[in-house]
Amino acid sequence: MSEYIPKKSDSPLGVVETKFFDFDSLKLESGETLSPVRIAYETYGTLNSAKDNVILVCHALSADAHAAGVSKDLGELGWWEFMVGPGRPFDTNKYFVVCANVIGGCKGSSGPGSINLKTGSPYGIDFPVVTISDMVEAQKRLIDSLGVEKIFCVVGGSMGGMQVLQWAYSYPEKVFTAIPIATTLTHTPQQIAFNKVGRRAIISDPDWQGGNYYGKKNPSNGLALARMIGHITYMSDDSMKEKFGRRIRNNGKHGYDLDPEFEVEKYLKYRGESFVQRFDANSYLYITKAVDYFNLGENKDLIRHFAKIKTKFLVVSFSHDWLYPPYQSKEIVKILKYAWVNVSYCEVSSTFGHDAFLIESEEQKQLIGHFLNNAYNKSR
Amino acid sequence: MQETVRLDYKLILDTIEKDSKVLDLGCGDGELLRLLRENRSVRGTGIEKDEKMVYKCVSKGVTVEHSDINNGLSDFPDSFFDYVILNFTLQQTKKPKEVIREALRVGKTAIVSFPNFAFYSVRYSLGIRGRTPLTKALPYRWDVTPNLHYFTIKDFTDFCKSESIAIKNFIGFTDDSKIALFPNFFAEQAIFILKK
Repeated sequence: MSEYIPKKSDSPLGVVETKFFDFDSLKLESGETLSPVRIAYETYGTLNSAKDNVILVCHALSADAHAAGVSKDLGELGWWEFMVGPGRPFDTNKYFVVCANVIGGCKGSSGPGSINLKTGSPYGIDFPVVTISDMVEAQKRLIDSLGVEKIFCVVGGSMGGMQVLQWAYSYPEKVFTAIPIATTLTHTPQQIAFNKVGRRAIISDPDWQGGNYYGKKNPSNGLALARMIGHITYMSDDSMKEKFGRRIRNNGKHGYDLDPEFEVEKYLKYRGESFVQRFDANSYLYITKAVDYFNLGENKDLIRHFAKIKTKFLVVSFSHDWLYPPYQSKEIVKILKYAWVNVSYCEVSSTFGHDAFLIESEEQKQLIGHFLNNAYNKSR
Repeated sequence: MQETVRLDYKLILDTIEKDSKVLDLGCGDGELLRLLRENRSVRGTGIEKDEKMVYKCVSKGVTVEHSDINNGLSDFPDSFFDYVILNFTLQQTKKPKEVIREALRVGKTAIVSFPNFAFYSVRYSLGIRGRTPLTKALPYRWDVTPNLHYFTIKDFTDFCKSESIAIKNFIGFTDDSKIALFPNFFAEQAIFILKK
């Protein structure tokens, strides 16, 4: 559920290529079956012979499998470049890092823009509704195909954090450590409301055409508007003040007309317009719906469920995140503590709002790097 | 034990039984929890409000929650822990009475240590020199001190009596040795083992 700004530059990982894993079918939480299924993924580092050095990185709403390195086709750096690489928190000298695009997405994995074999044309809204748990099931097939029995760490922020929690819930015996960042156990009405407005913006765009716009004009206005709303929720009052102030164009003079003139207006417009170049509107509908469905369960049941698990947790929140506020992370910690699960928690102070986990900071790097380092050394 | 261990840590280590469940309130850099884990194989967790200290705990592999104990311990059920430790934390809490009550609710035993405000050099500083004491146990100048409450061994004993808290053990000590004689005068610090 977050921004990343692709930058063209060098990476110690060099050029990386997205790979694909195909499998026959996946039974979804809804009861429907998705068939066939394709997962786009990238890997960094080397899988050791014991196959116990895997870090599975789960991405947020609008990201993709390209977490780090320079992408082969676009020459862009990955969305979590500063976390992955030699000597970085996800140290590729030690770990084998895997990042997979979620199903329902539009970055190489099966999604509404994929071809429906039954009709020979893109699914559109005939694509079955997927959930966070379905995304995790698909990732599990990928992990199984790599011959990995136990994942050293599952980590991710926002929607990625939901996948982390789902992994620990569904396959605790497979997850050695888990790092859910800026996330929640259950999507709240306020969070659903923002997503609803985004979806409404898309389906109200006349170009949406009931989702059958492939090969025609994209519902760019609707998707750009959805993205603008999203962006507001990813920042904070402070970070917006810092970034834009009340600065205006036209030599600082008001135009006294209705044209956009504030810096922040320009920024949102730019963000919206650049997003439509790289994201599919239908995927936005499906993925936000998956996030809205996310509800790991009632507290009592969760405590019982987690009671015997051995997974070690580091829960991270950010002080100025009002989309997934620290209280939601504390709720995770509380449940895990009740269940006597080994859990550490830190609320990192940052003015960046929800986006903080995608912005390089020594605090986040140290916290996560040290946590992993300790867990790794102890597991040897 | 190979390392040289601070006396307050040693006294706590001596108190805590092997394999017990421990909560350290205001655990700082997590050193005590690390020692407890390594020497007493406890299942320990700490609560610390200073973000930088939380990073230190994590880098030691100590389990810690970044939180403020002034907001209560409602996250934990009754008698969840065998021991709840307040090692030089109590004097910095907003409502010590409530913190103690909560510590004894979530823990079967509470271990409380604090600087004794009736220590002779404290008395000398205040009574003779007329200055706010600066000692090893009270190292902060008046304007920057995190300490909110100043109390003595006698004060705390009275407090426990009035709150019907059982004192199982009490040790007065200085930097490097236990003080058995007139602890309220000669002990710079004190440690109390409390039960409901």
